[in-house]
Amino acid sequence: MDLSNFFSIMRGEIVLAAIILILLLAEIATKDKEKVIHLAIGLFLVHTVLGFFGVGEGVLFGGMFKTSSLVNMFKNILNVGVMIVLFQSAEWVKSKLKKNERVTEFYILLFSSLLGMYYMISAGDFLMFYIGIEMASLPVAGLAAFDLYQKRSAEAALKYIFLAAITSGISLLGISFLYSASGTIFFDELKPFMTNDSLITLGFLFFLVGLLFKISIVPFHLWTADVYEGAPIGVTSYLSVISKGASAFILVIILFTMARPIMELWREVIYMLSILTMFIGNIFALRQKNMKRFLAFSSIAQAGFIILGMLSGSQLGMSAVVFFLATYIFSNLGAFGVVYAIANQTGKEEMDDYNGFYRTNPLLSVLMMLALFSLAGIPPVAGFFGKFFLFMSAASVGYYWLIFFAVINVTISLYYYLLVVRAMFVRKNDNPIPAFKSDLYMKIGLILPAVGILLLGLYSPVYEHINELVGMFLK
Amino acid sequence: MIQGIGVTDFFIISTLMFFMGVYGFITRKNLITILIAIELILNAVAINFVIINKYLYPEGLHGQIFSIFIIAVAAAEVAIAIAIVIDFYRTHKSVSVEEGEMMKY
Repeated sequence: MDLSNFFSIMRGEIVLAAIILILLLAEIATKDKEKVIHLAIGLFLVHTVLGFFGVGEGVLFGGMFKTSSLVNMFKNILNVGVMIVLFQSAEWVKSKLKKNERVTEFYILLFSSLLGMYYMISAGDFLMFYIGIEMASLPVAGLAAFDLYQKRSAEAALKYIFLAAITSGISLLGISFLYSASGTIFFDELKPFMTNDSLITLGFLFFLVGLLFKISIVPFHLWTADVYEGAPIGVTSYLSVISKGASAFILVIILFTMARPIMELWREVIYMLSILTMFIGNIFALRQKNMKRFLAFSSIAQAGFIILGMLSGSQLGMSAVVFFLATYIFSNLGAFGVVYAIANQTGKEEMDDYNGFYRTNPLLSVLMMLALFSLAGIPPVAGFFGKFFLFMSAASVGYYWLIFFAVINVTISLYYYLLVVRAMFVRKNDNPIPAFKSDLYMKIGLILPAVGILLLGLYSPVYEHINELVGMFLK
Repeated sequence: MIQGIGVTDFFIISTLMFFMGVYGFITRKNLITILIAIELILNAVAINFVIINKYLYPEGLHGQIFSIFIIAVAAAEVAIAIAIVIDFYRTHKSVSVEEGEMMKY
């Protein structure tokens, strides 16, 4: 392992760790904490831009750490998502500053969690995977409790940390079963051992629990709505988009490479869970009045669509999932951004408060409509193509009943997404939310998702690029 | 390896510990006790890894290294969980799970 190779492959991780250290020093050195906000956003912007230029691919630490151009590309997608979260949350962080609360920790914890996700998605064995997933989830529990004096925030963090701990315990038990059956913890060496042996089957299913919890698939979804509602909105959007996206990505990698020999087994599991997740997420979303809770259940339903694409086990399926994750990140961040902007200015989060919103803030309501249409999958925007490729990949292996159920669910979801649109555009309100102006960071944080939604929907080379990288990865 | 004690005996112990932890996690009302139950679960898995390494695959060290990392991560997890429990106590004046029922359904 020569040193230049090391720096080339792990550049993203090293730069991010350096940013965390710089922020720690800045917290000590400066009195004016507002500078820290600009510093954090500026440094992360540099990191995001650097990520697009020539990060090496290869294997480090004897196979524990593996990157390929697909993984690097997905890290870039995560970076852009976190960048948008940072822009959107700047206003809220500044309001914390006025109350003399601490702010640097917000960025340090957020970046530590992202660093954990990097290690998680480029893991080559279970040890690196376990450290990565814990490093990704522990700081988020701290972030969920960031509103220190609010009951909801403490309750959300409590639910998250306890359930994350027990699911990671169950997942570890599964890993120990796999280890006892094979004697190795490396994904590549484990592949020949993956048979229908009962110890392997049990171990693999236990192992999946940890990941399915992070993606909030149905039997493990109960934390989602509570944590999303209680946590600060920036943390909620981070959880629903970045954390879910990275976990879904490593799940698809594990299913398609290590667990390919037992495809028949996991197909049945994913099939049932996908139907359950879509129905329960959608039906519970119908009765929600709080916008954060509403988006939480809609994101559970979207998770059902994400795992639907994994059923095919082919190149088409994997590129469909990765492309859908990219569209999902932009659409969900757009929706959360508008909720965030309104909550910052007025503190209102209920759906009824949005009545007559179009008359006072037309641009924001158009962006919200765009994001919701993209989540529902209406043609000109990105979400339609994401869902289209997912259904196509499931159809390519003959799961027509599943697609039938999925289409029913798209219809249900369209109904409740349109409820919000109706509240904003059609309903009358005597005292609607007054017109307001957000600061520059928030404006950028709202324009970026809109650009992303339109770009991914109208510009096809993005999908072709992803498809090409997936082909290289699976070869 | 210990003379007279087989790998099955260790598995019985660790499985008992694991499911005691799960039982405690589900039935206990006090947050600190639930944390202890989580510790039981993680330590049962750590025992599992060491025993599998020692008895079944003595040529490598994967299991033992893994158990060291489980202990380290469990310590970090408990540190954060305790901090959150203290925050919960400050806002709710209680460490009972029944207090955390503001958000439901």
